[in-house]
Amino acid sequence: MSEEFKIEIVNPEKSFLVKEDVLEVVVPAFEGEMGILKDHISIISFLKPGIIKVFSKSDDENYYVEDGIIEFKNNNLSILTSTIISVADLDKSKQGDLLKKAEAEASKSEISDQAKYLADQKVEVLRSIN
Amino acid sequence: MASLDDLKKRIASVKSTQKITKAMKMVAAAKLRRAQESAERGRPYSEKMNNIILNLSNGISDKENAPKLLSGTGENKVHLCVVMTSDRGLCGGFNSNIIKKAKSYFSKILNEGKQLKIITVGSKGNDQLKRVYGDKIIENISFKESKNANYFDADKVGRIIIEKFEAGEFDICTIFYNQFKNVITQIPQAQQIIPLNNEEDHNNSDESYEFEPDEDEILSNLLPKNISTQIFKAMLENSASEQGSRMSAMDNATRNAGEMVDKLTIEYNRSRQAAITKELIEIISGAESL
Repeated sequence: MSEEFKIEIVNPEKSFLVKEDVLEVVVPAFEGEMGILKDHISIISFLKPGIIKVFSKSDDENYYVEDGIIEFKNNNLSILTSTIISVADLDKSKQGDLLKKAEAEASKSEISDQAKYLADQKVEVLRSIN
Repeated sequence: MASLDDLKKRIASVKSTQKITKAMKMVAAAKLRRAQESAERGRPYSEKMNNIILNLSNGISDKENAPKLLSGTGENKVHLCVVMTSDRGLCGGFNSNIIKKAKSYFSKILNEGKQLKIITVGSKGNDQLKRVYGDKIIENISFKESKNANYFDADKVGRIIIEKFEAGEFDICTIFYNQFKNVITQIPQAQQIIPLNNEEDHNNSDESYEFEPDEDEILSNLLPKNISTQIFKAMLENSASEQGSRMSAMDNATRNAGEMVDKLTIEYNRSRQAAITKELIEIISGAESL
């Protein structure tokens, strides 16, 4: 029996990525990183800023996301996200821009605790990429 | 009868109008293809979002404490209507169709004695509505600068709506937009987004999901996003509809201009000939009288 399942990542503009031969996906779920293998129980969860790691037969890919929802059902993993960038495409200047934005957001004083937490997460993740 | 010179001028002016409408038609056709593509590409996202929410709301244990965005405020007094139109004119019945739909809804609400608030997206809607419903319009949003519909703009509108909802400014929110069916047909739509209308029968799927964190928390995070998503969908449909509508309107205009040029050319030739005949008769009768 094969150990592969299907992943689909969509953002509002288009279907970002569809892959059939995925072995494992690690997503930054809100309550901590979560690895998903084939025949995982049906689950719905949402994401915090972080890196989605997709391990497939052919290659491994990493994506930076700022938010999103995941749904896993019948060996179909759907990830809905508004901001997703492939780490391979994320060059220094882009990363710097995002980091600056995130830092500005994190340093605002009037935001709620949750927003602050998310912004801090963004900063942390962006700094860790390299 | 107009003189030959006048006719000549008119033909020239109709021809140059035809050139403009032809160019506009071609531009609209090119834009339409792009808009249609992005509308189609945007569909999976909103469909998936809807599915997840449906699954979630089926699974929610405690209906009474469900987030207000899902279940509503329990009242039905103040209606907020978001009327989405284009920023540019010359697109046939596109804007008027939305406005017509919206106006009939407005008068229904006002007849029921409820309060009405309007947000217009796109300047054309604002222009048409402010004469009658000027005092009801609480906000006018326009994205003249952005070339294509993008999620960022939709999110802005969504945030404004949610802010107002949380401040208790309205109970029910409906958006008006044109759904793109094909180039000739666009269907004006009224879609209620707050509270969420789960009219489609709950296909009581036995799937039991694991939720992490719990349903309520996911829902309260998801619902605001869903609002933006629905608005984004409406914007995409709208921009495809706008280009489609403009294309067929300009196609008609080009054809009409062509007919007009033909008619004017015939008239021009006829009067030219009449003038020649008249001159000939004058010469002949002059020669005979000698």
